[in-house]
Amino acid sequence: MTAIEVRGVSKTYRVRGAGSIDALQDVSFTLSSGQTIGMVGQSGSGKSTVAKILTQMERPTSGQVLLDGRPIPTRGAALRAYRQQLRMVFQDPFASLNPYHSIRHHVARPLALSGVVPPEEVDAEVHRLLDRVQLDAAVVDRRPHELSGGQRQRVAIARALAPRPALLVADEPVSMLDVSLRMGVLALLSDIQAQDGLGVLYITHDLATARYFSDEIIVLNQGRVVEHGSADDVILRPQHPYTRELREASPDPERFFVDAAGGAR
Amino acid sequence: MSDPLLSVRDFSVRYETAAPVDAVRDVSLTVHRGEVLGLAGESGCGKTTLAYGVQRLLKPPAVIPGGSVTWHDADGTDVDLLALSPDAMRAFRWDKVSMVFQGAMSALNPVATVGAQLADVFEVHRPGMSRAERTAAVVELLEIVKVGAARIKSYPHELSGGMRQRIMIAMALALRPQLVVMDEPTTALDVLVQREILREITGLREAFGFSVVFITHDLPLLLEISDRIAIMRAGQIVEIDTAANIWFRPQHDYTKTLLSSFPRLTAERGVA
Repeated sequence: MTAIEVRGVSKTYRVRGAGSIDALQDVSFTLSSGQTIGMVGQSGSGKSTVAKILTQMERPTSGQVLLDGRPIPTRGAALRAYRQQLRMVFQDPFASLNPYHSIRHHVARPLALSGVVPPEEVDAEVHRLLDRVQLDAAVVDRRPHELSGGQRQRVAIARALAPRPALLVADEPVSMLDVSLRMGVLALLSDIQAQDGLGVLYITHDLATARYFSDEIIVLNQGRVVEHGSADDVILRPQHPYTRELREASPDPERFFVDAAGGAR
Repeated sequence: MSDPLLSVRDFSVRYETAAPVDAVRDVSLTVHRGEVLGLAGESGCGKTTLAYGVQRLLKPPAVIPGGSVTWHDADGTDVDLLALSPDAMRAFRWDKVSMVFQGAMSALNPVATVGAQLADVFEVHRPGMSRAERTAAVVELLEIVKVGAARIKSYPHELSGGMRQRIMIAMALALRPQLVVMDEPTTALDVLVQREILREITGLREAFGFSVVFITHDLPLLLEISDRIAIMRAGQIVEIDTAANIWFRPQHDYTKTLLSSFPRLTAERGVA
């Protein structure tokens, strides 16, 4: 059981000639293994800043991030070890893979660096990981440009899983994929989450998939948590006006055709 | 709804490359006066090629091996778009059919003010207008799309994404066209700004009565704003019907697949 606790975290960016921007203000939540939390909000609400702070790409201006009760490391070998426990899947599979390297390299390198398997077993482990993300073994010697967006995102997931992390931050992992591929990739993430008991932070602006794939949902607005509850409560019985506004703005054919029928009567 | 505006018959587009690609194959569809026709399909299905093709906006190696495109003008004349001279076609575009593109940041000129870019439309298509008349028309357009005349000297980077998209809409409406083709106009916007732009489009349609061809892969959005929806796959239209029939009674397997690609927001948990 692993838990990461974000406790009262604020992040202020100084902007030259324009004062400062409060990207996050007093954000608190706990992500435990075995649980998926959806984080929703519009552009600029602070979603990605949360991801950057969790991965220590940014440091909070105030507040703390605790892993199993202890402050997360900020440098050196301890930080590298931390980053093997908490892994990230990025939005753009065209930018997040290195065009010069084979798929094998992308998955083998985190295996070698983390030492989760002895060197002679790396190759077998690469194949096992590719199999887990439902990629054909034949992709192993290909380069990213030879793969479709959906295949590339599966490589990114395999790479994230390689060091056997406890926690995964997925920042808009399917928004750049074709619609018919999105559910497949999310379902894969969800299966792996359940099998490995991963804690997943699913960052998205899409309320429908957030509800479908999350246990809890956190709504961010202008850097503040305005609502946090079970996925169904937040989407079906939103308490905060901003959550309601997000819900009303999201396309929802179900409700639309019900309303249309009601209006015609 | 029975009043046709644009009739496309057996229309095809082929890219004459080393291995020729039939990007659009024998497409027939009619856009009616005053309707919103949704065009849904995934990247590479040919929806943008179809929209550009009927306006003859494609460059070689794209060729149109067959089909007809007939424009039924509000003045009662029928125009064969594939037979128009290049000059006549150039005059036709934007005057009768305009477009709103996805990336307002790349579609707008970063080194010209939005006022100058809107005035450009009149300079080219309405050469008889005086400078003062052009300025008055630009001010009116900025007010119509609720950006406000105060922004006439703003550059695109000084505006939010939603405002830039409003400028694109203003530009598309400048000549009061009968049809506006919108190619993923809200895809890059977040959900609240997207809703604001959709409301704007609905209001402007009520005010000006133009037809819309709305291209997107976002089927839930199309279901809400379209009168009819055409589902495109691999260059062909596999199904075309009213939005309600597409939602309640989809006929084609691919339509069902697309519908199931979106989880339901408020219904019982599960996939549509």
